[in-house]
Amino acid sequence: MEIPRHWRLKQQRYALMGEVCPHCEVKIFPPRDVCPECGGEAKTRFAFSGKGKIYSYTVMRDAPSGYEQNAPYTVAVVALEEGPMVTAQLTDLGEEPVAIGMPVEMVTRKIREDGERKGMIVYGYKFRPALRA
Amino acid sequence: MTQLTSSDADNLLLRTDRKTGIIGYGAYVPRYRLPGSEVSRVWTGGKGGSPVKEKSVAGLDEDVVTMSIEAARNALARAGIEPCELRAVWVGSESHPYAVKPSGTVVAEAIGASHNIQSGDWEFACKAGTEAMVAATALVGSGMAKYALAIGMDTAQGKPGDALEYTASSGGAAFVIGPAEEAAVLIEASYSYVSDTPDFWRRPEQKYPEHGQRFTGEPAYFKHVETAGRVMLQQMKRTPADYNYVVFHQPNPKFPQKAGATLGFTPEQIKPGLLVSTIGNTYAGASLIGLTAVLDIAKPGDKILMVSYGSGAGSDAFSLVVTDKITARRGLAPSTADYIARRTQIDYAMYTRFRDKIDMG
Repeated sequence: MEIPRHWRLKQQRYALMGEVCPHCEVKIFPPRDVCPECGGEAKTRFAFSGKGKIYSYTVMRDAPSGYEQNAPYTVAVVALEEGPMVTAQLTDLGEEPVAIGMPVEMVTRKIREDGERKGMIVYGYKFRPALRA
Repeated sequence: MTQLTSSDADNLLLRTDRKTGIIGYGAYVPRYRLPGSEVSRVWTGGKGGSPVKEKSVAGLDEDVVTMSIEAARNALARAGIEPCELRAVWVGSESHPYAVKPSGTVVAEAIGASHNIQSGDWEFACKAGTEAMVAATALVGSGMAKYALAIGMDTAQGKPGDALEYTASSGGAAFVIGPAEEAAVLIEASYSYVSDTPDFWRRPEQKYPEHGQRFTGEPAYFKHVETAGRVMLQQMKRTPADYNYVVFHQPNPKFPQKAGATLGFTPEQIKPGLLVSTIGNTYAGASLIGLTAVLDIAKPGDKILMVSYGSGAGSDAFSLVVTDKITARRGLAPSTADYIARRTQIDYAMYTRFRDKIDMG
């Protein structure tokens, strides 16, 4: 049962809510309360725009437990406009080929469902080709 | 039943003391399209006609919550307000992902609304979204709230092979309701007309709805839509010619065009808000997303009549006037046409996978 973890992380997962360092202005995701650049305390909330570019990607054909329903799916490392890199699924690809450098935007989607139609539905960020590049 | 007095009968419109309007609007249509010819191929050997060209289908990772989040983000972008200023987040749908656990709280959390809000899920078949809009208008109009968010969204259900499978689609729209001074669209009045009508229903635990064949048309859709439209026109002391556009609930292309003609509207007034041929019937989203398509092209001063319909049954009519604020706001989020143009066609097999119709054992 991971319900407490999903609940604790919901703001960063639903809305890319991170932090900004008050000392050196670096944007931080995922939030960790300590700036990875200057080591200072960084607890100021910062909402990321959700805009970014694909830095790298791969296709998951043999999905881990709990994600089989979506296979095959593409996972990318996305370089956010504000700096940090995040790993996330791509969605709404349609027939568009994925390419490094492709502009993408964050959408909140179903990540997985716990338990056979009985458990919690877990929502979180994915990225799709930017609707208006 | 006590009869209304004549003065009551002249005062059926819902109007707020404090004038309200739509501050921002946002649509959402998922990417995938199932052509009607695919349903016909599988169930009639390709011999049956389809009422629509194609319908929108939600992807594997989409549901009413995720689609409402995107429409709400678009509405907030156009409204230009902080999400924490909202005092209500209401989602109307007949496909809420949970039977018990509100969709509204997930949507509210994702869009950054505060915790000091009203949130509840509305249910009235295909008019759950406009019912939420009436409530949001009342909440703002009473002065209890400055802004309220009302959403109509569905991943509509239709039994495989049933007539509804050609049209039951996914999508909807969100509206930020607020004070008239800030409105892109003024809400002049609304009027609702309901009665116990057994045209369409879905019992708990059932995956697909049933429809009472002979009730669908005259005693259900036409009676409620036409009555709501007619009373609105009479009590506003207007004629159809006073409106630039009219938007109806659209379960198929025929019903809204017939109701419109009966009320006296021209095809030109109906067409811009009639999306059913290209996206299908988004149930609780259907009239609302039609309205977003009209708002994408309407000019300041234009008048719009919108009439929803929900089975069981009832209609909400809204009389709306576009203000000059629409011009600067409409470009702040993707247009409804942008979403409709973003299109990937799927076949019936992929549709059964996307819509969870395959028994995985």
